[in-house]
Amino acid sequence: MIGAVLAAAQNASAPVLVAQNIAFGIIAVLMIISAIRVVTAANVVHAAAFLVVVLAGVAALFILLGAEFVAITQVLVYIGAIVVLFLFGIMLTRAPMEGTESPSRDNWAIAGATGLLLLALLGYTLWDGFGKDKIPGDLTPTDTGALSDVIFGQYLVPFEVVSLLLLAALVGAIVIARRD
Amino acid sequence: MFLNQFLMLAAALFCIGVYGVIARKNGVMVLMSIELILNAVNINLVAFSTMTGALSGQVFALFVIAVAAAEVGVGLAIVLAIFRNYKTVDLDQVDLMKG
Repeated sequence: MIGAVLAAAQNASAPVLVAQNIAFGIIAVLMIISAIRVVTAANVVHAAAFLVVVLAGVAALFILLGAEFVAITQVLVYIGAIVVLFLFGIMLTRAPMEGTESPSRDNWAIAGATGLLLLALLGYTLWDGFGKDKIPGDLTPTDTGALSDVIFGQYLVPFEVVSLLLLAALVGAIVIARRD
Repeated sequence: MFLNQFLMLAAALFCIGVYGVIARKNGVMVLMSIELILNAVNINLVAFSTMTGALSGQVFALFVIAVAAAEVGVGLAIVLAIFRNYKTVDLDQVDLMKG
């Protein structure tokens, strides 16, 4: 897929930065391999480690797209907090550490077929709909001040709703997990 | 860079996540697969935001990250409650509501 995109890029008229494309290719291959390992690894702790690679790859893509604040938030919240939460969940539920039994259910073949079908559908639709669209080559990093102006201006009410949602989730998680 | 590079990568991540949600036995692993799906969505949002120059996409990506944090908290609490009641997190054995 990457090779096809690069070949198409050479034929197009607008300039394409080679370094950006090489960086994207490396990150993409790492992410795909790690994501496949996340859903197939027998050892759940290894799966969590591969999840870290995928999340870091997403943060790298955000930096490639000039979204620095989102990238840093991704590292802080996902790699810093959510992965630790997952490791606590693995620890507290005493999940099987060895590959003594299959990590997948019996319907893994149907699941794989569903995934491939969905990928084919999405791939065709995206190719058909956005085949020519380019990301501007001379993009500058997003101004974090401008981003905060949008959050606390246009999206102030949704922001407050998200705060309430986090509070509700906190209380709900304590109530559900409490031993009584 | 083409927009489609990012959209195709996100689609691949999404489909791998869907496979994980359907096929994995361990409840914690299903939550991890959901994280893959949410990250695919975030890549799409930020890619469109960069292409159009509007910042709304990045704001929504931040919202998705916050909601994902809440979702993981509640989800892991539910998995812990299942483990306490069933002594397992194997989703094949949690079939109380199966007809």
